[in-house]
Amino acid sequence: MRFTSFLQDKQLTVALTGEIDHHCAKDYISSIASKIEVYTPQTCILDFQEVTFMDSSGIAVVINALRSMTRINGQLFLTGLNKQPMKVFRASGIDKLVEIKEAVS
Amino acid sequence: MKFENYMILEFPSKSANESFARAAVACFAAQLDPTMEELGDIRTAVSEAVTNCIVHAYPNDIGLITLRCRILKDNTLDIVIKDKGIGIPDLEQALKPMFTTGGFERSGMGFTIMESFMTSFSVTSQPGKGTSVHMRRKLQRRK
Repeated sequence: MRFTSFLQDKQLTVALTGEIDHHCAKDYISSIASKIEVYTPQTCILDFQEVTFMDSSGIAVVINALRSMTRINGQLFLTGLNKQPMKVFRASGIDKLVEIKEAVS
Repeated sequence: MKFENYMILEFPSKSANESFARAAVACFAAQLDPTMEELGDIRTAVSEAVTNCIVHAYPNDIGLITLRCRILKDNTLDIVIKDKGIGIPDLEQALKPMFTTGGFERSGMGFTIMESFMTSFSVTSQPGKGTSVHMRRKLQRRK
């Protein structure tokens, strides 16, 4: 697991990288949860631009981030989704729970 | 012989092998000249099935996972992923979307994804003896 994050104007951006599967999901879930807890941002953006593969473990990552943000009355957005992760999100219906924004160039 | 080619892999149920298993199947499938999307679908389905073995079949110990891939004559990839774990007591319930016994880090979408990403999908399980997932994906011929 490797990710970068930055906070600007109460907006937390977390850029995920590589392949997201069950092997690394737990670490992603707890790292994102603790970032949200520490910074209490108004919005959190999960950036998937550098994610090359994701299975249903990625859904759990998003659901847990959504829970953390809902708890502090914040909003969660996803961005930069490649075709393969997008297909997994669509199959799970999570694209109806979380707003997916276009990639920021 | 009904199939053109095959491979069999056996590996312990360690989560580091999830990426190995899907990469191995993708490499084997490459001889069918799949599209990027087809390859993505196959890798996702394999990842789900292998993860199920690791999380559910062998919850407290490390056991063996067997993966068999065959190329059938009609450009179809046939995959069987088998374990000798604890089995699934209620298969009907396990197949329901969002149902999971795996805790917060699981989404309960594994079987749903295998079913929607592959051409055919079936699972058989015997409590105490193990589970076997059989999937097929027919690939478009590119000319």
